[in-house]
Amino acid sequence: MSETAAPVKGAKARRELQRAVIRFAGDSGDGMQLTGEQFTTESAWAGNDIATLPNFPAEIRAPAGTLFGVSSFQLQFGSQRVYTPGDRLDCLVAMNPAALKVHLRDLKGGGLLIVNTAAFEKRNLDKAGYAQNPLDDPALAERYRLHKVDMTGLTHKAIADLKLDTKEKDRTKNFFALGLVSWIYTRPLEPTLEWIGKKFTKSADIAEANTRVLKAGHAFGETAEFFEEAYTVEPAEMAPGLYRAMTGNRALAWGLLAAAERSKVQIVYGAYPITPASGVLEELAMHKRFRIRTIQAEDEIAAVTAAIGAAFGGAIGVTCSSGPGIALKGEGIGLAVTAELPLVILNIQRAGPSTGMPTKTEQADLMQALYGRNSESPVVVLAPATPGDCFYIAYEAVRIAAKYMVPVIVLSDGFLANGSEPWLIPDPTTLPTIDVQFRTEKEGFFPYLRDAATLSRPWVRPGTPGLEHRIGGIEKQDVTGNISYDPDNHDHMVRTRAEKVRRVAQEIPPTTINGPATGDLLVVGWGGTYGSITAAVERAQAAGHSVASIHLRHLNPLPPDLGHILREYRKVLVPEINSGQLVRVLRAEYLVDAVGFNRVRGLPLASEELLEAIHQLIGSTP
Amino acid sequence: MSAQEAGAAAAPTPKYTKKDFESDQDVRWCPGCGDYAILSAVQKSMPDLGIPRENIVFISGIGCSSRFPYYMNTYGFHTIHGRAPAIATGLRVARPDLKVFVVTGDGDGLSIGGNHMLHVLRRNVNLTILLFNNRIYGLTKGQYSPTSELGKVTKSTPMGSADRPVNPLAFALGCGATFVARTVDRNIQHMEETLKRAAAHKGAGFIEILQNCNVYNDLAWNVIYDKTSKLAYELRLEHGKPLLYGPPDARKAVIMDGVMPKVVDAKDVQESALWIHDEKNVNAAKILADLFAPDFPVPIGVLEAIEAPIYEEVILEQEQRAISDRGPGNIAKLLTSGDTWKIG
Repeated sequence: MSETAAPVKGAKARRELQRAVIRFAGDSGDGMQLTGEQFTTESAWAGNDIATLPNFPAEIRAPAGTLFGVSSFQLQFGSQRVYTPGDRLDCLVAMNPAALKVHLRDLKGGGLLIVNTAAFEKRNLDKAGYAQNPLDDPALAERYRLHKVDMTGLTHKAIADLKLDTKEKDRTKNFFALGLVSWIYTRPLEPTLEWIGKKFTKSADIAEANTRVLKAGHAFGETAEFFEEAYTVEPAEMAPGLYRAMTGNRALAWGLLAAAERSKVQIVYGAYPITPASGVLEELAMHKRFRIRTIQAEDEIAAVTAAIGAAFGGAIGVTCSSGPGIALKGEGIGLAVTAELPLVILNIQRAGPSTGMPTKTEQADLMQALYGRNSESPVVVLAPATPGDCFYIAYEAVRIAAKYMVPVIVLSDGFLANGSEPWLIPDPTTLPTIDVQFRTEKEGFFPYLRDAATLSRPWVRPGTPGLEHRIGGIEKQDVTGNISYDPDNHDHMVRTRAEKVRRVAQEIPPTTINGPATGDLLVVGWGGTYGSITAAVERAQAAGHSVASIHLRHLNPLPPDLGHILREYRKVLVPEINSGQLVRVLRAEYLVDAVGFNRVRGLPLASEELLEAIHQLIGSTP
Repeated sequence: MSAQEAGAAAAPTPKYTKKDFESDQDVRWCPGCGDYAILSAVQKSMPDLGIPRENIVFISGIGCSSRFPYYMNTYGFHTIHGRAPAIATGLRVARPDLKVFVVTGDGDGLSIGGNHMLHVLRRNVNLTILLFNNRIYGLTKGQYSPTSELGKVTKSTPMGSADRPVNPLAFALGCGATFVARTVDRNIQHMEETLKRAAAHKGAGFIEILQNCNVYNDLAWNVIYDKTSKLAYELRLEHGKPLLYGPPDARKAVIMDGVMPKVVDAKDVQESALWIHDEKNVNAAKILADLFAPDFPVPIGVLEAIEAPIYEEVILEQEQRAISDRGPGNIAKLLTSGDTWKIG
C-alpha cells in the first residue's frame, strides 16, 4: 500500500512513491471515465504497473448532482507489481458535492483531497444532502490535505477567447483536473495531447480548448502556491516486451479473433445487449475482416440458439451475456450439451439476483454455470483471473469446445470486463493449435461415434455428401444417434456426457502455487479476485507467514492435482464475491474443511479485509 | 466461400426421386394425421428443387410437426420449443450455401416461438418456413393453441378459451414477410406447387399449411375439406387473375368497396371493377389474409411475394467490403495496433 507523504515545505521536491491509489469522482456527465482512462494511459507511458476500477451508474444520464448519479474511476499505479485498483485512496478528486459525499469515506486520513469549489453551490449541496457547505468545515482540512480549486472558473479563464458556449466550456473542466493530477504525480501529458488531437479532428475549437485546459491544470499545479507536494512513481520492473492496456471485454473479443484465425473455423457470435457484456459484441462487430459474424439477436434465447445453429453448420458458436441472460439461455445450453456441439458461452457476471446492480461486479454465477440447467447437463467452466487473461481464456474456451464437442462457459465479471491492466502482448504463433477436423469419410460413419481419448463425436458440416444425418434434443442411442428411450442407454449417455467433460482435465496444466508447497494456510480463489487475493497473500508472506495461494482458471473439471494440493495445508480459505460457492464445491468434492471469506458488495474484495481474515485464520495479528 | 463450399456447389446435382429423401426412421405420427400428406408432398417436391441433397437442412422446434426432420433423408436438427427460426438464422449466417427449411406448428411458431418468428420474417433470412396449423396442441395431448377459436373447449379450457386467435398470415405480413402463402394438407398438388414456389423465393418464405389433427381437433378445417363447402369457399389465388370463386353456377367475386372487401355475385361486376390478384401488392395481401368463411372465401395460394434485402447477404456483403477495404484480419497486427509501449 502507498505511503501518504507529509507535505513538503518550501521547494517543490518530488517525493518518490512506490504506488498510489487515485480516484476521480464526479457527475456522470463530468467525464470521469475519460479522465481516468487518460490518466491510466499516461501512467502506462510512465512505465508503471496499473490496475483500474471504473464505477458508474446504470442510468445513462443520471440527474446531475445526485448521489446516485456519481461516476468514478479509480486506479492504482506503482513501481512494483500492482494487483488491485487499491482499497483506500491516497488521492480523491471530487468534482461536486455528491462525489465528495459518496467517496470521502474511502480516502485515507491525511490523504490528498482536491475539490472543484465551483460546484459547491446551494443546488448541488442540497442534492447531495449537505445542509452546509462541507468545505467550510475546518475538520475537513484537518483530516485531509484539502485543496479547494475553482476548476470551472480557471477552465473558463483559460479558454475565454474561444468561440464555444458556456456548456461546451464547462465540459472541458475534467481536463483541468487531469492536468493538475498529472502534474502532482509527474505523468507525461503527451499521450493525452495526442489523444485530443486524434479525437477532435472535426472540431478544432474543442481540441484547442481541451489542450489548453489540460495545460492550464498542469501549470496550475506548477505555480499555485498551495501545492507543496508532488510525487514520482518510478517505472515498475515488468517482464520485458511490448505492452498495451487491456480490458477484459476487449481481451475476450480478441481471444475469439485469435481462435478464429488459428483454427480457420468460422465463428458466429450471437448476443443480445446487456450490461456489462455488450462491449464484447461491439468490439467484435468492428472486426468483420476476421470473418467473425455477429448477430444482434432478438433475445437471449435467440442469441444462444443462433450460435447453436451455426455450430451445427460447422462454425464455432459463441454467445455472451450476463447472469439474467445466461438464465434465459439455459435450455439452449442443454441442447448443445445433448447435441454435443461446440458452443462457447461468455458470462460477464454482475450483481444480482434479477436485475440486481447491472454495473457492479459479482462472482455469484458459479453454481448457475455448474448446475443451472435441467437434468444432468455438464459443461466445461473456465474463469479468467485478470483482464488480460480473458484473451487466453476465450481462446482456450474455443479450443476445448471444438476438441471435445462440448459447451464451455467462461465466467468473467464486471470488474474484469471494464478494468484494465498493462498487458504483455503475446506472439499469437505461440498459442496452442486448434486443430479442427470435419468428418468427410462415409465409411463407418455414425453421428455419435466417439473418439477414444476425448469421447468427442464427429463434427460434420452439412453439405458433406453421404453424411446426411439428424440430431436433436431427444435422447439418442450412443453411436447411431437414433432416438432412444432405453433406460440403460439413457444411463450410459448421462455418464458419457459427464465423462467427456471430466476428460477435459487432461488439458489442465499443473497448478501454479504462489508460496510454499506446504504450510499453514492455502488461499484458493477463482476469477476476478486474483489481484485482491495475491496482494493480501504476498503481504502475509512478507510478514513471514506460511501462506500460499492458488487461483483456479478451470472450475469444471477442476485441476487433477487440486485434491493433493489442498491436503498440503493446515487450513484452506476461499475468498469469493458471493456467499460461498466454490468453497461448497471444494468441500463436497474433496472433503476438506475449507472456509469462505465472502463479501457481496458489488465491489472487488478489499485486500486489507482479506489480510485480516488470513491473520485471524492462522492465529496471528497483522 | 471456402474451397469446400465451392466444391459442393460445383458438383452436378444428381437426379433424385422421392425415395432419396425418405429416411430409414419409422414415422411415428398418429394414423390419419395430416402430417403424413405434408411429409409426402415435401419429399415429392425435393427432387424438383435441383439442390444436392447434402445441401438441404431441415430445422424444427418441438411439437408433432417438429418430428419432421427425422423422416427426411437430409441434414436435420430437431431442436427446442419455438427456437427453430433462431437456430436456422444462425445456420444461414454461418452457411449461406445451404438450403434451410424450418418446420413448425401453430404452438411452436406462434406461441412459444412467436418472437423468433417475428424476427426471422422481418430480417428476411433466406429460408423456407412450413407452419403446420392444426389449431391445437397435439403432442401435449389436446390443449388449445394460439390459433384456436375463442371459446375453444379443451382439457385446459373446460369452459372455453378466453383468448382470441392469431391469424398466421396476417401475423407474417405484419412482420414484414416477403413471401406469404397458404396451402392445405388434403391438396397434395397445391402443396407441392406452393412448396416449390416458397423454396425458390429469395428471402423468408412463409407457408401456412392447414393441417388436420384427427385425434384432438378433427376437421378443424372442414370448411376447406368438405366437398360442397370447399367448392363454395375456396379462393385460389393466382397472380394476375381476378378474385373469383364458388361453384360455376354461382360464381362470386371479392371486390373493394372503398377500403372494405366485399363479396358480390360475379355476374354483377364489370370486368374493370374486379380485384386482380397482385402478389407484389402488400396492402392487398393484408386484406386477403383476413378473409375467411363464412362471410368471405378462404384464400389459398400465394398472397404475397416481394423482394427485400436478405439478412445474411447483408452481413456477408459487409464482411467482404471490410476485407476488400482493409485486407483480411491479422491477429498479430491487431494485438500491436494502437497505443503500445516497450519495457526492457
